[in-house]
Amino acid sequence: MAFRDDIRRTRAIVWKDLTTERRSKAGFSAVAALGVTILVLFGLALGPDGKALQNAAAGALWLAILFASVLAFNRSYQVELDGGALEALLLYPGSRWAIFAGKLIANLIFVMAMLVIVVTVGIVLFDVRIPAQWPSIVGIMMLGVVGIVALGTFYAAMSSRSRAREVLLPLLLYPMLIPVLLASMEATKAFLFGDLLSASGAWVQMLSLFDVIFLVATFLAFEYVIEV
Amino acid sequence: MALDARGVARRFGARWVLRGINLQVRAGEMVGLLGHNGCGKSTFMRIVATLLKASAGDCFVYGSNVKTEGDDVRHHVGFFSHVPGLYDDLTARENLAFAATMLGFPSADIDAALERVGLTHVTHERVRGFSAGMQRRLSLARLILQRPRLLLLDEPYNNLDVAGIALMNGFIRELNAAGGAAVVVLHDLVPAEGVIDRTVTIREGRVHVPTVADFTHDGASPEAVTRPAGAAGVS
Repeated sequence: MAFRDDIRRTRAIVWKDLTTERRSKAGFSAVAALGVTILVLFGLALGPDGKALQNAAAGALWLAILFASVLAFNRSYQVELDGGALEALLLYPGSRWAIFAGKLIANLIFVMAMLVIVVTVGIVLFDVRIPAQWPSIVGIMMLGVVGIVALGTFYAAMSSRSRAREVLLPLLLYPMLIPVLLASMEATKAFLFGDLLSASGAWVQMLSLFDVIFLVATFLAFEYVIEV
Repeated sequence: MALDARGVARRFGARWVLRGINLQVRAGEMVGLLGHNGCGKSTFMRIVATLLKASAGDCFVYGSNVKTEGDDVRHHVGFFSHVPGLYDDLTARENLAFAATMLGFPSADIDAALERVGLTHVTHERVRGFSAGMQRRLSLARLILQRPRLLLLDEPYNNLDVAGIALMNGFIRELNAAGGAAVVVLHDLVPAEGVIDRTVTIREGRVHVPTVADFTHDGASPEAVTRPAGAAGVS
């Protein structure tokens, strides 16, 4: 019964976060625009060499997703801090993991929506030829995004009480995400170029392992970082 | 016992804000909490509401320890804070629907709560456009939905007009009649006239027991301008 109640609370938080985000509009536009801008800047820096662009596509794409996502994570707690809503949220009975799960799922949906735009622009800008194994690339993107969002949502909660949260979040998050980014980039690259050396399997395994570790650790630790 | 605080202390860094609060509130009792700005009233309320952890001491709400049984405590406590705790981009009704879901209460009561606080004309409007007083009323509607057994009100009359104050007092009396208890942080006793059973003053992080000197100070002291009588039951 208590578990069902927590699932109901999780659903309510997802609905609330996505509704406020949809209505404020500025948030999603800013995050998507930042992702696209980063891709354009990478494109400009690499120059008109088609081969160089294709080689760098996976790295540029994941970095664009990472930098834009940090904005989204900060925003997801800013909504709670405005008007003291975080206090009200913590006063509701129920398990703390329900709050984290709600925030995590809402951020996942938000980042996935941003990903669609960034990937579409990336394909055009970097002249990427869509390979036959494109469903595998989609799968890798999902795995990579889960890792980024799990840690991002957790560290955003941790830094939300700090006055320097905008600075603190990237400082905490980026070093922790290096393994996820590396695995995501390498696996994406391997599939983009036909996975001739069958290198993707190891990267996908590593990515899945990191996702599991990060999800379990953040769910368990959330209670301790959100309470003062 | 609705609230049983024993030596509750809290420090922020090296500074002790609360130095050992002892306060007992019986079920059905309404207690006013007085004191200068920064004396620790709000910190104490936040500890009771499970929003802050005490650095020392124990605190029980209907027998549940706020430190170790926070979830049980949250089932009993309703906290009305300085800040409205609402979402600007949700409508009044959506804010209450969200609260009802989180509390596990039926959303059928939402319309009645909105009517009670006089916000039926803005049910489907976003909170962003509400005045401070309207936001306070909506926060009160959330408490009405919850019907807590222990009400913690931190300066509840701020931004409320005369009708709003009457509404708040009506809710407190109703809760009192149902056997609930309340701790109300006040700077001015006048709006709470006839609602509060006794007052307790906090000074320098401790419950202050008034002396004759308190009544001979100039008007700058809250203990001097309010009535500190009825400090019995506290130490």
